[in-house]
Amino acid sequence: MIGAPILRAVLSKPSGAIGVTLVVGHVMLAVLSPLVLPHDPIAQSADLILQMPSLSYPFGTDRLGRDILSRVMLGGRAAMLIATLATLVAMVWGTVVGLLLALIGGRIDTYMMRIVDALSSIPGILIVMIFVAALGVGAAALIPILGYSYGLSVVYIARAAALDFVARDFVLAAQARGEARSTILIREILPNVRDTLAVQGAMQWSWLMLGITSLSFLGLGVAPPTPDWGLMIADARGVMPTAPWAVLWPMAMLSTLIVGVNLAADAFAKALGVDQQLRTVAA
Amino acid sequence: MLGLILRRMAAGWITVVIVAVVVFIGVEVMPGDACTAMLGRDAARGDVLENCRDRMGLNSPPVERFVAWAGDLAQFDLGVSMKRERPIADIVGPRLRNTLILAAAAALAGVPLAIGLGVMVAMRRERPFDIIVSTTALVAMTMPEFVVAALLILIFAIWLGWCAGVVTAAYDAPALALLFATPLPAVTLALVYMAHILRMVRSSVIDTAGADYILMARMKGVPERQIVLRHLLPNAILPTIPVIGLTLAWLLSGVVIVESAFNYPGLGRLAVNAVADRDLPLVQATALIFGLIYVSMTLIADLIAMALNPRLRTRRL
Repeated sequence: MIGAPILRAVLSKPSGAIGVTLVVGHVMLAVLSPLVLPHDPIAQSADLILQMPSLSYPFGTDRLGRDILSRVMLGGRAAMLIATLATLVAMVWGTVVGLLLALIGGRIDTYMMRIVDALSSIPGILIVMIFVAALGVGAAALIPILGYSYGLSVVYIARAAALDFVARDFVLAAQARGEARSTILIREILPNVRDTLAVQGAMQWSWLMLGITSLSFLGLGVAPPTPDWGLMIADARGVMPTAPWAVLWPMAMLSTLIVGVNLAADAFAKALGVDQQLRTVAA
Repeated sequence: MLGLILRRMAAGWITVVIVAVVVFIGVEVMPGDACTAMLGRDAARGDVLENCRDRMGLNSPPVERFVAWAGDLAQFDLGVSMKRERPIADIVGPRLRNTLILAAAAALAGVPLAIGLGVMVAMRRERPFDIIVSTTALVAMTMPEFVVAALLILIFAIWLGWCAGVVTAAYDAPALALLFATPLPAVTLALVYMAHILRMVRSSVIDTAGADYILMARMKGVPERQIVLRHLLPNAILPTIPVIGLTLAWLLSGVVIVESAFNYPGLGRLAVNAVADRDLPLVQATALIFGLIYVSMTLIADLIAMALNPRLRTRRL
C-alpha cells in the first residue's frame, strides 16, 4: 500500500523521519520488552520504596517499590492493543456508514447525518463513563464502546472524502452498467479514499491512545496491577514533591509516542497528497 | 432570517431529545439496572432487589419509564441521586456553576491571547519565533490534559512553589475563591484550547495574506500598517470566530480530566465520582447536561457565524 517513493519522501523530511523513528522505536519496545525486562514489573518491595534513579534501578522505583523502568517499558502495551482494536472497529463501521451515505445521498443521507450530529454531541468520554458505571471496569469491554464513539468522526471524514467522487463519471458509468451498490463502493470509491482513510486511521489511533490513557488515569480504563502509563501517572501524583521521576518517565513515554504518531501521520498525509483533503474536511 | 434562527434552534432541541434517548438507551441495554449497580452483584437478589426496583419504579416497561423520566426532565426535575439520596438538581447546580466559572476563565484569558499569538506568528512565518510557538502549540495539542496538568503542578506548585497544586476549596465556595485558589486548572484548560485556536488563526492569516485584494492594496501603495489592520485581520479573523466556538464546545470533555486532575469541584469530577459510585441516575443527568452545554455552544457558534457572514443567512439548513 505504501510504496518506496512515498516512504522516501516521508523520511527525507526531518519531522517525518523523527516521527517514524519514534513510532517504530515504541512499537519495537512494546513487542520486545518482555524479553529484556530488568526487573519484575509488579513485584512490590517495602525496602525499595521511592528509590532515586540508580545503577540497578535506572529510572528509580515507585511508591510500592516497583521498578519504574520495567513498568514504563510495558506501560504502553495494554493501551496500544486496545487502541489498535478500537481503531479497527471505528474505521470499519465509520467508513462503511460514511461511504454508503455519500453514495445514497438525498433524504436518507440528510436525516442520518442529523442523527450522527446528535450522537457526536455527547462527549465520547461520557458515553464510556455511562457504560463503565453499569458494567464495571474492564479493558476488553472498552473496545466496542470506544470503537463506536471514535467512529463517529470517521463517518464525517469518509463521507466527505467520498462525496468528491460520487458524482464523477466513473461512478456514473458503473451505475449505468448496473453494478451493485456494494461493488461500486468497494471497486470505485474505496480505492480513491484509501489514502485519506489510512492517514485518518493513524490520527484516530493516537486519539484513542490519549483517550484510553486518560480513562486509565481516571481509574476507568486499564485495571491495576497491569503497568500502564495513565495509571502510573495517576498513582505517582501524590508523591511528586519527593519523587518527580515516578511521574516524569511515563509522561515522557506517552508524549514521545503521541508526538511521533502525529509527526509521522502529517508526513504521510503530505507525501500521499491528502493533507489538503483532510484539512478541508476538518474545517 | 428569524425563521432560519428558529429552525436552527428547533434542530438544536431535536438534538437534545436524541441525546436524552441515547443516554436512556445506553443505560437500558446493559445487563443489570440501577438497582443491581447500587446493591452490587452479590446483594442484588430476591426481596432486596424487588423492593429496590419497586421503589425506583424499575418494574414498569422501558417506554413508560422513558416518558416519565423525560416528563420530569421537561420540568427541570433531574431525579434523585441513589448514593447521595438528594435531588440531583441540588448536587449538580453548584458544580455546574463551578465548571462554567472554570471554562469561562480559561476561554476569556486564552482565546484573545491565542488569537493575538496566532496573528503574531503568522506575520513572522517560518522565522524562529513562529517555529518555536507553532511547535509548542503542536505539542500542547497532542499531549493529553492529565499530562499537562501533572507537568504544571510539578513545575509551578512543587518546584517554583508559586501556587497550590490542587484545589482544596469546597464545592460551594465563592466564585473568586475557587478561581484564585490555584490558577492551574484554568491554565491547563486554556493551554489546550489555545493550541488549537492559535494554529487555526495562523493558517487563516497566512491564507488571507496571499489573497488578491491584499496584493492590490499593496500595489496601490496602502501603508503596510493599514493593510494589516483594515484589510488583512478582519478578513482573516472573522471566519475563525464561529470555529473557535465549536473548538471550545468540542474540548468540553477535557473539563472532566482537568477537574479530576486538580480535584476541582465541578461537573466533570462529579461525573467521574458518580461512575465510581455506580450512581446511574446521576451519571445520566451529568451526561445529559454536558450534551445540553455542547448543543447550546454549537448553536451560539452557528448564530455568530450567521451574524458575521451574510452568505450563511440564506442557506437552507
